[in-house]
Parts: sequence; structure tokens; C-alpha cells
Amino acid sequence: MKNRVIGMSVPRKEGREKVTGRARYVDDISLPGMLHGATVRSPAARGRILGIHFEGDIPWNEFTIVTAKDIPGKNCIALLIEDQPCLTAEFVNHLEEPIVLLAHRDKYLLEEARRAVRIEIEPLPAVFTMEDSIARTQTIWGEDNIFKSFRVEKGDVDSAWATADFIVEGHYETGAQEQLYIETQGMIACASPEEGVTVWGSLQCPYYVHKALMLLFGLPSDHIRVVQTETGGGFGGKEEYPSMIAAHAALLAWKSRQPVKITYDRAEDMAATTKRHPSRAWHRTAVTRDGKLVAMEIDFTIDGGAYETLSPVVLSRGTIHAAGPYNCPNVRILSRAMATNAPPHGAFRGFGAPQSVFALERHLDRVANTIGLAPEELRRRNFIQEGQTLAVSQVVTEKVNMDHLMDRAFVLSGYHAKRKLFEAGNRESTIRRGIGFATFLHGAGFTGSGEEYLASEVAAEATSEGRVRVRAASTEMGQGTNTIFSQIAAEALGLDVDQIEIVQPDTAGVPNSGPTVASRTSMIVGKLVESAVYGIREKLFQSGLLKPGYTMSDFASACHKYTENKGPLNSTAKYEHPRELHWDDARYQGDAYGAYAWAVYVAEVSVDMRTAEVRVEDFVAVQEVGKVINPVLAAGQIEGGVAQGIGFALYENVVWQEGRMVNAQMTNYAMPTSMDIPSIRHYFEEIPYARGPAGAKGIGELPLDGTAPAIANAIAHATGADIRRIPVTPEALMEMLERIDA
Amino acid sequence: MPDAALKIRVRCQVNGRATEFEAYPMERLLDALREQVGLTGTKEGCGEGECGACCVEMDGVLVNSCLVPALQVEGTAIRTIEGVADGDRLHAVQQAFITCGGAQCGICTPGMILAAANLLARHPRPTVAQIREGLAGNLCRCTGYIKIFESVVEACRKSEQNP
Repeated sequence: MKNRVIGMSVPRKEGREKVTGRARYVDDISLPGMLHGATVRSPAARGRILGIHFEGDIPWNEFTIVTAKDIPGKNCIALLIEDQPCLTAEFVNHLEEPIVLLAHRDKYLLEEARRAVRIEIEPLPAVFTMEDSIARTQTIWGEDNIFKSFRVEKGDVDSAWATADFIVEGHYETGAQEQLYIETQGMIACASPEEGVTVWGSLQCPYYVHKALMLLFGLPSDHIRVVQTETGGGFGGKEEYPSMIAAHAALLAWKSRQPVKITYDRAEDMAATTKRHPSRAWHRTAVTRDGKLVAMEIDFTIDGGAYETLSPVVLSRGTIHAAGPYNCPNVRILSRAMATNAPPHGAFRGFGAPQSVFALERHLDRVANTIGLAPEELRRRNFIQEGQTLAVSQVVTEKVNMDHLMDRAFVLSGYHAKRKLFEAGNRESTIRRGIGFATFLHGAGFTGSGEEYLASEVAAEATSEGRVRVRAASTEMGQGTNTIFSQIAAEALGLDVDQIEIVQPDTAGVPNSGPTVASRTSMIVGKLVESAVYGIREKLFQSGLLKPGYTMSDFASACHKYTENKGPLNSTAKYEHPRELHWDDARYQGDAYGAYAWAVYVAEVSVDMRTAEVRVEDFVAVQEVGKVINPVLAAGQIEGGVAQGIGFALYENVVWQEGRMVNAQMTNYAMPTSMDIPSIRHYFEEIPYARGPAGAKGIGELPLDGTAPAIANAIAHATGADIRRIPVTPEALMEMLERIDA
Repeated sequence: MPDAALKIRVRCQVNGRATEFEAYPMERLLDALREQVGLTGTKEGCGEGECGACCVEMDGVLVNSCLVPALQVEGTAIRTIEGVADGDRLHAVQQAFITCGGAQCGICTPGMILAAANLLARHPRPTVAQIREGLAGNLCRCTGYIKIFESVVEACRKSEQNP
């Protein structure tokens, strides 16, 4: 059957509001009698709180002041476990840790007051590096500073080394990266024992905030309401931290009995909220003379910061993606997430995979170089094929064809010709050119049994006019949820997208469809949208009011009759885990993901040898993500993700000083501008995925995985510098180039 | 110089309408627009003139409203995102942003649209290099800028068809 709506570039549903300035973000909302809230934070990385002093010429009696003792329920931000306090009372474990909350009507006076609170701290020795954490120079979390560790074993790695012609080792590192959504974090709360707690804010996961507030206030679920306002970008940064801000705003509202708004300025947002986990990886690879992988041993460590937050899950995804889309008989991956006294690191698009994929793809270029094989040839001899097994022993059932994707990417980028051309031209030139690539996969949805535990739900209802409302907790944050869901529902029912309404995520009105993360919204929740609206159609069929082959007006009149005679016309769909997918959490083996996106990215760079500045001159992104629901939105995901990947590779350098981000400003933390982005050409190979809505798989995180290693490999090609760490700032590259000269 | 601690009365034009508001002399135009005039379409992204989310036109010149003190606004004509469309009729740039996917999360969009409209007023047929340069003061974290460039080109094309 031919699609009517799927595959069309339907304009963004809320586009008109956004281009006219009418879209309402949290900071655009003001409630009568509203106070502003501020957070007083720890000035030390680790220590014991000796006193809180309210100083200065401040009318303190006008302020609402909240500390840990004002918390009605449990003092923690509930996530995987309950180790992170909402307001710390006795010990501080990282800089910027929240200690006191203030509220006042005048936001200028509030800022003066915030600066006038002095936190007296007896400092304790702190841990700032993964190495010190592993060495346990101090024990700062649990018994061993380890939030989580994994061991993946396939085949017999130990016996394999003896059979190899070459063994290649290497260390690789990635730095922290700030999500840098242009809308900083913010929340508004109303709260009282009689009315319960309601928060409105910028967030990705309404039910994460809901869960955190229930425990914090000790209230039943129907006394907590979380409403998402228009969200100005998330990228993972609004996955877990919104629970913290919502908790703070709600505590101030609870005590003051007035609405309270907290919005962070950029400096506070950058210094205090989560970032991408810094990582270190070590690879040891055994390979035959003709380029067949014999064994891969991978050691992968991420810096989790001071509390567990989502680090175990980030580590899990990083671990599973660490061995890439290759068929290797013997694989061992050991990984761990370590505690340090940095603000907790958290979710950021790609979620551990960009870190481990950088290490692998950079390493494989070095392996190819060692054995005297072209880097693409090494990949081609080891690409995973249908029926073979990935590192976690998942048998690939998809019709994957990495060779074909690579051919396509190389034709689009002119890879072979450019590689030769640049090598010939570089000898003479101060501007050197290089071209490199990365080949990779990205699993969509929660890992292993994750989706089964989430048990997501979506509801739909039809009005008497034949309009269909979709109720889901999946948030729109720019990636296109509203539009994609409308297309899926419209296609399923034979309606126009205008007849579909996506209800604003509000825990009082939408079921729990799980968090808006993990490239799961289109593939997993979208499928539930499709099932839920099919349920409506089925009711109309069964009631005899509608027959297959109906027109839109038949549908409208059937809805009218149904609602008039039988009452509400609604339907819900709940996630059912495919029976053929099995996961063993204890051994970390099995079907890690229901589907993978597969990709080959090619980057072309120029390097000014006098300044060591790198420019990305051209970029080609070829991927297979199942059926593309909306080509313009899908392209937007790829182009935006590649741009963030360029930042990760070249510009975005979080400078740490004893656990503090010292460049917490857009002035000195540089993200790509319109001058830094090359032409980005993308191509989608579309193989419909049987379990996805209309054949779609996940797409959102994919582009972050392959962009940085493709660029790093291109820089190595241009200059001969053996890139081991990103970001490749001019300072870092210059040092490497000087070493080559010496 | 007026006393920094005392509010002043500022008279100006906002989107073609005579407007008066009270503000501290060094209060940011951004805050005055959002809080005194009630126009929240202008957004704050960084508060230090780096991101361009707060761009408005002041006497036809593109400025970061987070860097303009209220004092300096007296007697000027300001155009914000709310003044770009002609009633319900969208500006060519606004329509193109919808058609081409130039807006994702939408938070940089008001500033970006003003920057694009300002560019087209100066260069009705900009080259790709001029588009890149014209938008270099406006950061977008979602799109990677490609769809924004395409939106500007599309707006030129449409404007030439229906001048």
C-alpha cells in the first residue's frame, strides 16, 4: 500500500507558534503573586558543612529560605537509586551542590541575597580524576568508588593472542561536553499540603520528575502533577536534572505558599547541571596479516561525577557499542563508571556510545596502518553480516549491508580520489587536507529488558467531529515528536495530519509512555501511537458504524454516531516485548536492542599547519534507519547531530580546575557557529523495520557516534598526528605536530 | 547621567507602536521588553551577547537586546519577533523556516529570523557566504544551520516571485 502521509515532509506542527514568537517557554510564563527562586551552592568540592551564614545588608525576613530540614518527605532525587540529596545538609560532594534555596519577589534583590549567603565548610580531600578514583586515593562513594561495572565475554580472548599476526594497543580519551540547549533550565511550581504539587517546566521526561516529587514530598501520585512547557532543546541535558530544579521550585512554593519560578542563567546552567561523561578507553586488538579481527580486548571507563544518577545506564550503552558493527570471534569488554567530586555527569545524546565509538574507530585506523592495509579494507573484511553475532552475542537478524553503505558514502564524498589527491598535495602545502571516516551502529530504545520494565502506554480518543487526540508522555523538544506522531496516526487512520491533535504532556492527562530519550520516541512510542489509533478504528468497525475503504467524512460521521450513542471513543496501547528478543542481564548477553541504525560517515578537513586550526570542509552521512517518516525532520536530526559531533571533536573543551568548570560561558566554551559547519550531505538507505511504526527505527542519537572519529581520522590523514584525544583544539594539535617535527 | 538606582521613563516605538515603560537606566532592553512591554518572543540564551537569541532591530540595526541598556532605547524604533509578520500574514523568512525545517526547538528562532530578515533587507540576494556571515552571531544547537541556510535561500526565492 502506498503511504499518504508517511515519508512526506509535513511541516512542523507547532512551527507557526515558534516562528512568530508565540510559543510559550517556561520563562515566558508568569503567575499572579509569583516569586523568583535561587539556589545557594557549595563553594567546595568535598567537605563538611559547619555553618550557613546569612550576611550582608539584606532584609532576610522578606525571604523564603529553604534548607534540607524543610523537606516533607525523603531528601533525595529519586532516579535509579536514592543517593543524591535534593539539598545537602551535612557533607558536600561536589562544587555547586545545592544547599540553601531562597525566594523573593524582586529578582535583583534575590541575586544580591544569594551572594550574601556564606557556606562555611571544612574541606576534605577530593578526587578529581578517574585514575585517582580507581586507585582509591580517597573513598568517596560506596566501598570502592565504582557506580557500576560490566564484563562482556565472547569466545576465548586469552587463547586468541597466540594466533595473531599483529597485536595493536592504544589509549583514547574524550572530554566532557555541555549539552548547551539554547533555553537554559527552568521550572515554575505551585505547592501546598491541600492542593498537592504542580510544576511546569522545560523537561524531557515528565514521569521522572513525577517520581522524584512523590518521594520528596511523601505524596501519592495523584497529588503530583508535572506539565511540560515548550522546551528549547534537551539533548539529554533535560533528562534527569529537571527533577532537581522542579524539587527546588516546589519546596520554595510549599514553604512560601506562593508560585515560585526558578530559571538558571547560562553560567549556573553550565557549571551546575550535567554534561557528557568524560571517558578513557584502552584497546588491544589481535588481527591476522590479511586483516581479519581475531580478538578485541577493550577497557572502558567513564567519570560519573559525585552521584550515581544515570551513569550505570550510560556505561551500559557505551559498553555494548564499544566493539562496533564488526564480526570478531573473541571479545572481552571490561567497563566501569567511577565516582569523582565533579558535578554528576549525565545523559547527552548518544549516551556513552560516542565515547566508546570514538576509541574504536580511531583505533581501527591505527590497526589498519600497522598491518599496511587501507582503513576501509580493514573494515570491509570484518563488517558484521546478517546471521553473525555482535559482542554481546546478539545474532543480527536485520538485513545489514555495511559494504553498500560504505560504497554509497565513498561515492558521495569522492573518498578514494580525494585521499590520493590530498596525499599528493599535502607535501607542498601549509594548508593540509585529509579525509577520514567512521563506520558504526546505534541501538534504538532502552537496552535489554529496559523496554519491558518501562511498559509504556499511549492513549488515543476521537471527538464527535472525528478529530483524534493522542495522549503520550513523549515530549517535543525540537526533534519533531508532535509532527511524527501526527503522521503516524494520520497514516494509520487515513486522515490528514491536521485532524490529529497531540496533547501537551501533563501527568494529569497523559499515560506514562516512558522518557523521551534513547532514540525510542519514533520507534517504540510511535508504534504505540499506531496501535492506539488502530484500536479506535477497530471499535468503529466492530460497532458496524465504519467499513474498510472508508473516506474521511465516513470516519467523522462514524465518530459522531459512536460518541452520541455509546459514549467516549478511546483506546490505549501498552508495550509488549517481542517474544523473540531475549536478554540475560547477569551475563550481559543477548538481544541488547530490538533494532540498530547502521551508518558510514565521511569527513574532509583542512589543517592550517601554522596555527593548527582544523576546519571541516565537507561531510557525508550515510545511514540506514528504517523507513524515514519525515525527510526534512530526519535530515534535521542528522545535520544537527553532525554539528554537535563537530563541536565534540574540535571545539567544545570543558576546562576543569579542581572539579570546577572554569569556562562556564558561551564566550569561552565554543560551540559551532554558522561559519564552522561544512556542507552536510546525507543519504538514507530505507529498509523498513517490521516492528517499527510504518517501518521506522530510531535516529536521534546516531549522528553523535560517528562524527568525531571520522574527523579525528581525517586529521590524522592530513597531518600524520596520532590523535588519541578529543576535542582536538589547536593547542592540543600544535603540541602533537611539534612532537612529529622533533 | 541619571541615578542608576532610580527608574527612568523610556519612550520609544515598539513594532510601530508608541510605547512607554519604566526601567532602571542600566536594565537590559531584553528584560524591559519581556517584563514591562509584555513581549516574551525575545529570548535569553546567554546574557552576554554570544548567542543572538535576544536579537531585535533597533532603528533597523540588529542588536543583542541583552547588551542594550534601557537608557539607550529612548527615542528609538524597536522591532521584535512579534513585529515581523504583517498581522496573520507571515514574513517570507518565517514561512520559509516552517517549510524548510529552519526551526526545531524554536528558542533561537526569533533571533535567527530577525537576523535573517535584517540580512535580506541589506542583501536581497545574498551569497551563501553572506548568509553564513550574516547569521554568525546567532547560535543554533538543533539544526546544524543547514536548514536555516536553506530557509533563507527559500525566502529569497519566494520574495522574488511575489515582491
